[in-house]
Amino acid sequence: MSKARTSLVRTGFVHLALIAYTLVALFPVFLTIINSFKDRASIFRAPLSLPTPSSFSMIGYDTVLRQGDFLTYFQNSFVVTIVSIILTLLFGAMSAFALSEYRFRGNMMLGLYMAIGIMIPIRLGTVAILQGMVAAGLVNTLTALILVYTAQGLPLAIFILSEFMRTVSDDLKNAGRIDGLSEYAIFFRLVLPLVRPAMATVAVFTMIPIWNDLWFPLILAPSEATKTVTLGSQIFIGQFVTNWNAVLAALTLAILPILILYVIFSRQLIRGITSGAVK
Amino acid sequence: MSDAEISDALEVAPIRRSRRWHILVFLFPAFVVYTVVMILPLIETLRLSLYNVVDNQPAFVGLNNFKVLFGDERWAHDFWNALRNNLIFFAIHMCVQNPIGVALAALLSLPKLRFVAFYRTAIFLPTLLSFVVVGFIWKLILSPLWGVAPELLSMIGLKSFFAPWLGRPSTALITVALISVWQYVGIPMMLIYAALLNIPEEVIEAAECDGITGWSQFWKIKLPLVLPAIGIISILTFVGNFNAFDLVYTVQGALAGPDGSTDILGTLLYRVFFGFQLQLGDRSMGATIATVMFLIILTGVSFYLFIVQRRIRRYQF
Repeated sequence: MSKARTSLVRTGFVHLALIAYTLVALFPVFLTIINSFKDRASIFRAPLSLPTPSSFSMIGYDTVLRQGDFLTYFQNSFVVTIVSIILTLLFGAMSAFALSEYRFRGNMMLGLYMAIGIMIPIRLGTVAILQGMVAAGLVNTLTALILVYTAQGLPLAIFILSEFMRTVSDDLKNAGRIDGLSEYAIFFRLVLPLVRPAMATVAVFTMIPIWNDLWFPLILAPSEATKTVTLGSQIFIGQFVTNWNAVLAALTLAILPILILYVIFSRQLIRGITSGAVK
Repeated sequence: MSDAEISDALEVAPIRRSRRWHILVFLFPAFVVYTVVMILPLIETLRLSLYNVVDNQPAFVGLNNFKVLFGDERWAHDFWNALRNNLIFFAIHMCVQNPIGVALAALLSLPKLRFVAFYRTAIFLPTLLSFVVVGFIWKLILSPLWGVAPELLSMIGLKSFFAPWLGRPSTALITVALISVWQYVGIPMMLIYAALLNIPEEVIEAAECDGITGWSQFWKIKLPLVLPAIGIISILTFVGNFNAFDLVYTVQGALAGPDGSTDILGTLLYRVFFGFQLQLGDRSMGATIATVMFLIILTGVSFYLFIVQRRIRRYQF
């Protein structure tokens, strides 16, 4: 009896600690979102209260949508992120398949070579990347960003995907070969569908740093037409520092897509981190 | 397909198989993109650090750029300041982020705890936000103009403790580092949580049979078993911290104020390479700083791969 009670008390403390930290983690985001829907006076008078009918105001969003070209920014971010992910997954899966399936000279060296990029950040080559993009006439284009992000995503994608491809049964692939499937068909029709869960994990891992990156948009594509959401909101907020409604609304707009995607993919992401990444 | 084509294919097939072109086709795109966009620029950057403009002509200057960076009056102060700040930035991460991560993971992995999925999801959320969002949110919260931080502190009776932390040279770096910790604590939490779940039941049961439970079980059994995960987290943090840029740029601007007190290597590289306000961009010195960052990261990663990882005992179950 007393043992049951102490364990109940202990569970209570555990929940208390976890709830406290959850509040610390969520409060700033919550605060930003509720205040973006209030008028200026209420933001300052009662920052912690929810918007009420009397304090509700969309003036911040109004300013953001009129002054900043957020629609373009969102479109740019989507294009860059999605195309980079597709290229990373396709190219990454192809070479992961080659590295894990075939024996050829230099296989291991090539695997190590591709793995350098897992630890060494691509940012360190920025000086020469910019030079190269200038020479290729790609500055201020989304192509430049897509190329950089694809190169950035490939090492980890190849690493994770080749681990998974080793688990695909050889019998299945050999059965395909006996049935006269070409190596390409074996890859696209037999192996790819089987590693789909790993592809989803890689997609989520690649997506977050691309969507959130500030460095490369700032250096390679800062023009108005090619700004991404991250850069766009950075500059917009810098210009509207004193307009708190607009700043809070811009922040909320930048949070929302991630929030929505997280609600959809959180299980996939967390499973990916807790299973694949550690091993 | 016509007969001719089929017989063609039959004749060509054995030759193709021996050449195995498909391996090349599979490897080619990734290899080219990775090499051209990542490896070659990296090598070119390392090479540029050995060159500088002399009499309007690019010329090979050996290690002179490094000598200037480490010793010249105009550069050395900024460089050593940034390096020192970066080390402090990393130390704060190691001392705050890892213990909190381990503690949260230990709580989450308690058996039969409810709402674990909710806590996990909620605590991991900030990790996904961009530095821009995180930086500005905290800038607003900590701003003395908006009464949020003082109001919250007065709730727990610490109102007098409040100060414009981001605006003071003595506290700005610590504050920025803590914001970064707040954002990234989800990663150590998740990795250690996974490692804790991977400890097999038998090990825990054996410990319980020997009377090792509760705290001593955590310290003597579980913590040693998750050391490899803590090693991975440390090296990830190291690499992340030594090329960090976005958060400082967002919160304190490119000058990393107040008075350079939050300047780290990433912001220094940006200012030197790109120029800021009156300072002109300098490609050679930018490449030199990038090379120094590369060497620091390479040293850290090699230290981890060749020394730490070999010393840590791995337990195979």
